[in-house]
Amino acid sequence: MDLTADFFSLFELPKAFKLNLSELDSRYRDVQAQVHPDRFAHASEVERRLSMQWATHANEAYQTLKKPLDRAKYLLHLAGHDIKAESNTAMPPDFLMEQMEWREAVMEARGGGDHHELERLHSRLFGDMKTRYDELGALLDDVQDYETATDRVRRLMFLEKLLHEIDDALASLDE
Amino acid sequence: MALFQIAEPGESAAPHEHKLAIGIDLGTTNSLVATVRSGIAVCLNDEAGRPLLPSVVRYHADGSTEVGYEAQRQQAVDPKNTIVSVKRFMGRGTKDIAHVESMPYDFIEAPGMVRLKTHAGIKSPVEVSAEILKTLKTRAEAALGGDLVGAVITVPAYFDDAQRQATKDAARLAGLNVLRLLNEPTAAAIAYGLDNAAEGVYAVYDLGGGTFDISILKLTKGVFEVMATGGDSALGGDDFDHRIYCWVIEQAKPQPLSPEDSRRLMMRCREAKEFLTKNPEAPIELRLASGEIIDVKLDVSTFAEITQTLISKTMQPVKKALRDAGLRADDVKGVVMVGGATRMPQVQKAVGDFFRQEPLTNLDPDKVVALGAATQANLLAGNKTGKDDWLLLDVIPLSLGLETMGGLTEKVIPRNSTIPTARAQEFTTFKDGQTAMAIHVVQGEREMVADCRSLARFELRGIPPMVAGAARIRVTFQVDADGLLSVSAREQTTGVESSITVKPSYGLSDDEIAGMLKDSMDHAKDDAMARALREAQVEADRMIEATEAALAEDSHLLNAAEIAKIEATIAKLRETAAGDNRRLINIAMDDLGYETQAFAHRRMDQSIKKVLSGRKVDDIKMGEEGETA
Repeated sequence: MDLTADFFSLFELPKAFKLNLSELDSRYRDVQAQVHPDRFAHASEVERRLSMQWATHANEAYQTLKKPLDRAKYLLHLAGHDIKAESNTAMPPDFLMEQMEWREAVMEARGGGDHHELERLHSRLFGDMKTRYDELGALLDDVQDYETATDRVRRLMFLEKLLHEIDDALASLDE
Repeated sequence: MALFQIAEPGESAAPHEHKLAIGIDLGTTNSLVATVRSGIAVCLNDEAGRPLLPSVVRYHADGSTEVGYEAQRQQAVDPKNTIVSVKRFMGRGTKDIAHVESMPYDFIEAPGMVRLKTHAGIKSPVEVSAEILKTLKTRAEAALGGDLVGAVITVPAYFDDAQRQATKDAARLAGLNVLRLLNEPTAAAIAYGLDNAAEGVYAVYDLGGGTFDISILKLTKGVFEVMATGGDSALGGDDFDHRIYCWVIEQAKPQPLSPEDSRRLMMRCREAKEFLTKNPEAPIELRLASGEIIDVKLDVSTFAEITQTLISKTMQPVKKALRDAGLRADDVKGVVMVGGATRMPQVQKAVGDFFRQEPLTNLDPDKVVALGAATQANLLAGNKTGKDDWLLLDVIPLSLGLETMGGLTEKVIPRNSTIPTARAQEFTTFKDGQTAMAIHVVQGEREMVADCRSLARFELRGIPPMVAGAARIRVTFQVDADGLLSVSAREQTTGVESSITVKPSYGLSDDEIAGMLKDSMDHAKDDAMARALREAQVEADRMIEATEAALAEDSHLLNAAEIAKIEATIAKLRETAAGDNRRLINIAMDDLGYETQAFAHRRMDQSIKKVLSGRKVDDIKMGEEGETA
């Protein structure tokens, strides 16, 4: 194992979407306890630099594996299926239509200062995404259908963005 | 120096040898120094038994300085040459500084950071801060009776890169080896958490003399994980004094004040603020140089009223930090109050109301940061503490980004990322045959570059001419464990690579620091060269010792040729260290560092494997309870 090894092997975890997150947490802490720059504060420059590289790597690995969307993208990347988010934006019309309806609902609730409605939209979207992530897990781990998984990840990227917008709207109402 | 301490991270190679390390709280109003003695963190007092050192520096015409209580007493007599609250000027230009008009100093605008004109010459805030640090360093050396291996210096969590770099420069100028810049609320959490064996989510509300921080931390089994931080690096107790000052002027309507009168009135206002923490009413009386008399009374409710907006200004970052952490007020198990300004009853009430619980004030809010810093310094220096091991995972407070087309910011590293962290972003050229690209690094949350803080500008040159959009320029941001940024850029489509590393340079250049160091050395008539040689020799000895220990322990990770090579390099270093050429010693140390790099990597790798294989992997049913969000 070295700095170029994949993130799952850094934490000695199976390469899978369905991940035990509390196990990831504790392994991350164990690894940081070994490599963190605070362990090498008084060491030579070479060792301090090395420790910074390892700790940076561990942080990147942890952040990538922790979030389901990033974890899925990363698994697809390892399987040789890149998302190409910039060049491939063609989505089915019914999905786009649905997105527009969501967006209108969020804008309306935001404009009207309707905190309650935003909360409702948030939890509905969150529930919808949970189902989609479960489906994605099955595609990645059980049937290894990377083509379909790539499509599902692209959709989830839209939804994550939408979820962020609802969060921002809620935040702006708080202020 | 110690190679990877694998068996017991953090434990000293020679456990009986206690290394002298200190923690310094470099505050806006007061500064403190603390150390760990027999396993307990204690503040080091001055000869008069006082732990606080007022952060006040007075310059005399002959270049000598006075720091602390004496300078504080003289501030109204000699306001232009007596610098108070210098922390507010660190890494800042005049346009960033609040109430500049009511300050008695002669400011000089300079690139990146303001300078102050005193009768001992033009001083940078870094130099003024270094005077405070030197005083504390001297106090610590006298109390501990030996050379310090290093110091942990605290900074407000919300300090940006410019302010952090300026603080580190000041420590360097004061001759301190900085083991780490530590965020003040995190330091307080260490002091508090280790004392109380706390577990769960805690908020640290830190209102100091000139800065405000809020940090949300999760404490689990010896790990202090900062989840989010926020604040205002120009809001603190000073602003409450200033509100009183404005109120007094409004009430008494005196003739325009001289700088001396102004400073004296500000001192009366501060006294009134402190008096009101225990009393319902404070008298503010002052005879001005003109003979005019100011005589007003401020009561608690008026004080609360005129400072209401300041308190609500602190609550915005509190809400934002909670949101960033994905938590609500009732998820917070305890609220730790830090900073002298949290003694004000209206502050405690506002915080208590928001979190719906009584804030924790059982540790002295003035000392808690220094005590936490000392505890961390002790660990970083390699002294194993009685309270065993812990790990600190901190974050950067503000997003880092680059300027893109149209003056917009492209975020590269988002705020609240755990440090150290690195992120690369690719850019391309927009004109055919373009051979250079300007890179502008900014810090802040706003969309427009103009609203963020500019950290550095540099140009990447030598890009091979290509059609627009063909070049691939990879810009890498690296933030280290002190929260300091370095940026490098390279073009990577062709074999030709250009690469540059910049350190943001709003503060002082390396040359300027070197010049100041030289001046102060000349002044102190210190034999700097001899001292540097001795330090290099000690360092070389320790490096040899540590490498040999690592070889004895883990030579199975190396083949015979590698072992021979390392041993030869050790022999060379030993020979060089016996001589008196510091430059050659440093080169030989670099060589040994280089030769042991792969070894160090393998040892690091082995230590990770060891810690992970300690678990019963088979017992964990992976995936079955897979969580997805």
